[in-house]
Amino acid sequence: MTYVLKKTGVLIVSLILISLLAFLAFQIIPGDPTTKLLGTDWTPERAEALREQLGLNGNIFARYFQWLKGLLSGDPGISYSYFMPVKEVMQGKIQVTAALSLLSWFLVMLFSIPLGILLARFQGSHLERAGIVLNQVFMAVPPFFLGMLFTYLFGLLLKWFTPGAYVPFSDSFWGATGYMAFPALAVAIPKAAKTAKLLRSSILNEMNKAYVRTAYSRGNSRWAVLRDHVLRNAMLPVITYLAMSLADTVAGSIIVEQVFALPGLGRLLLSSIGNRDFPVAQCIVVIIAFVVVFMNYLADIVTQYVDPRVRLN
Amino acid sequence: MKQYLKNKNFRAGLLITGIMILAILIGLVWTPYDPNAMSGSEKLQGPSGAHLFGTDNFGRDIFSRVIQGAGATFLIAAAAVAIGLIVGLIVGGLTGFYGGVLDEVLMRIADSILAFPSILLALVMIAILGKGKYNIIIALGILFVPSFARIVRTEVAKQKNTDYVRNARLMGASNMRILFLHIMPNIIPVLLSSVAIGFNNAVLSEASMSYLGVGVQPPDPSLGRLLSEAQGYLFQAPWYAIFTGVAIILLILGFGLLADGMGGE
Repeated sequence: MTYVLKKTGVLIVSLILISLLAFLAFQIIPGDPTTKLLGTDWTPERAEALREQLGLNGNIFARYFQWLKGLLSGDPGISYSYFMPVKEVMQGKIQVTAALSLLSWFLVMLFSIPLGILLARFQGSHLERAGIVLNQVFMAVPPFFLGMLFTYLFGLLLKWFTPGAYVPFSDSFWGATGYMAFPALAVAIPKAAKTAKLLRSSILNEMNKAYVRTAYSRGNSRWAVLRDHVLRNAMLPVITYLAMSLADTVAGSIIVEQVFALPGLGRLLLSSIGNRDFPVAQCIVVIIAFVVVFMNYLADIVTQYVDPRVRLN
Repeated sequence: MKQYLKNKNFRAGLLITGIMILAILIGLVWTPYDPNAMSGSEKLQGPSGAHLFGTDNFGRDIFSRVIQGAGATFLIAAAAVAIGLIVGLIVGGLTGFYGGVLDEVLMRIADSILAFPSILLALVMIAILGKGKYNIIIALGILFVPSFARIVRTEVAKQKNTDYVRNARLMGASNMRILFLHIMPNIIPVLLSSVAIGFNNAVLSEASMSYLGVGVQPPDPSLGRLLSEAQGYLFQAPWYAIFTGVAIILLILGFGLLADGMGGE
């Protein structure tokens, strides 16, 4: 319990620090947003009034607390590009990115665990050697390039989906899932290859231990030893890795959204960076950072739950 | 080096990286065509004897463009790794050598930075710095500092209590001399695999960001930019994207295998 409390304390401190850093990072950028918002209507008086309205006057810490309060109550400021609340600009985008990242994460687990086990099971065979080479290649493929290949192969040649024609979940659940399967695969495959490699080496590492020899000497087959004895121990590092890899699938989703023209946070983040729409960019960065930190926190908690030895350190 | 050569992954990585670097070096002085020479009569041609990788929408030779782009990507990666390594050596060396509260605080910060996907941090840095190849180098360079500093710190802290360091101290060597002339050369082998990982990450990040349009800007070449151009001609000229993508994969794969073979992860 003390372990969980300690980790929760660290989590809260991290969240506060992240919000502060994200806020400060976008404050040091030079430039006055009023020039852009007012355009040709700019006059010193109007700019002053707008600054007052946006809460840009006042000292930096007062502004930080105001922003944080807004963020926590679901009102993280006003977009400079669209001149409407950030909340409205982001409407529906979080769901797209969340669905894509979770789907890819699920696929990572679906592929990597059986693959890692199979590679370890058939250690030393030709099949395994071929599998490892292939795995190493897939690790090196950038998700967005895989996305382009899928667009060409499944979208343009086989016409399994129409590139760019994403239907929202609210319109058609299966339509949206069917479209999203391709970007999700693009994000998942390289990550699954890395996870499978980790699981394989984790299993092989366990296989050399004394308890495995004991299990063999009792007449167990390689499968039985793997299934009943080794897997439980070998999965420990992999569980932590999988919990933390949700952060990577979020990052992968942000890029791959661009390939498949998915209206998610990633596209919004890029356009807000391009338009210098910092309230939006800031909000997206904070949301993603919170997710990352929270997943690492969950990874810690899950790890100590399955492996109580962790608590001692 | 000799011990690494026994490792299959290392040999494969050396071969792939070697071929890529050779192609890049030759590309500096000679490419089959001028990468920017347009030819109205040869638009969007498939791979052939005259144009190994085909031609793009302006009739430019894709093979020449890929070599030029790979060179640019490689240079960006090398510069970013160099910044990360040099700053990392100084920060990690000093904190590892002197220890104390600053060491504790800096390493905690490094840990929390390392928890984030680097592409996200790179995007934030680009939002602050602006686009362009020099800003990519600076952003990636800064992002690499924590990981290099972490490794250097651990190694320096390990070496600091060894006999050769005590001997050097007895002989009257100053702290700086011990740190930079005695300890540093001993941690280079450990750093080599991190450098390979750094290259691996830098190539992927450059390609991702330039593809997204926030990295290298026209008219500067890079593999990521070629891919974003190829995206528009995916149907008419799939070879454009495929050959560019393969060049990226080979660079990442080569450095990945090198790192793997040297025992890094």
